[in-house]
Amino acid sequence: MIASDARQQEIELARRLIAGEPGAFDRFVERFGSKVFQYSLLVCGQREDAEEVAQDTLFKVFEKLDQLREPERIRPWVFRIARNACLMKRRKSVFAPAQELSLDELMPQAAGNGGARRIEIADWSALPEDRALKAELQRVVREAIRELPEIYQSVLLLRDIEGLSTAEAAEVLGVNEEVVKTRLHRARLAVRRKLDWYLQSARAGGGPA
Amino acid sequence: MTEPDAHNHVGDCRRIFALLSEYLDAELPAETCEQIAAHLKDCPPCVEFLESLKKTIELCRELEGEERPGPLGEAARRELQALYRKALAARRPAAEPSPDAES
Repeated sequence: MIASDARQQEIELARRLIAGEPGAFDRFVERFGSKVFQYSLLVCGQREDAEEVAQDTLFKVFEKLDQLREPERIRPWVFRIARNACLMKRRKSVFAPAQELSLDELMPQAAGNGGARRIEIADWSALPEDRALKAELQRVVREAIRELPEIYQSVLLLRDIEGLSTAEAAEVLGVNEEVVKTRLHRARLAVRRKLDWYLQSARAGGGPA
Repeated sequence: MTEPDAHNHVGDCRRIFALLSEYLDAELPAETCEQIAAHLKDCPPCVEFLESLKKTIELCRELEGEERPGPLGEAARRELQALYRKALAARRPAAEPSPDAES
């Protein structure tokens, strides 16, 4: 698996960094600076903010590096710091109150009453083979992620983008694993709904679908 | 998510709807997985919904970076290197800093 290879490389890099090996500092700064930048760009949506978050995160990481005991935990450890840096940035810019996403709202609505009911759902069959459509859908996904309330957004970013396990995400966020699972499902459903709306409107308007 | 004959069917759809991510992530007990698989056999709309959720997750996982960060400024790099040297010294008080950690 590509993801686990990347994870192994990071663990090895963290070992070398802690051991003070030549070249490890530059590689670490490049790799994690870029990863945290991408993460915070999805949260903030602004390049300047994302660069600032990435830099703040690197400063905190090196300030606390003597406390990192297990190189295996490098990714969750860095992203706990990155998430806090994003939260600080949010508090400085816009006050966003915690919002709940209800499961009922995210369930597709049945059309018609009684008898055989069918749900309203777009045609997803062209995916992911159509490359142009896929690029457009990635834009919709980014937008959907940015619009998620923070408690859902952080879970989706950690689990589906950064590839943390449920247990690791729970630890980063300071919640139990059941909460991670519940929030992740709602976050995915909210992104799915946005994609579905896009596909339906594209189809109705003779767009890319 | 159809309501053909069995009244419980829609109830099953609702229950399964809440579990679909855990089903895809293989985080459910075997017994629950079997129940969901059995339901999916007879419920094309649930299958269709599940497929759309699976594709959503794939799109998230394959999300490519839309921009690259700019290079770190020289002053910031020097400060980071100083913090790194300090952290290495704190971890191994007797160790000499490596050439990499020198500014």
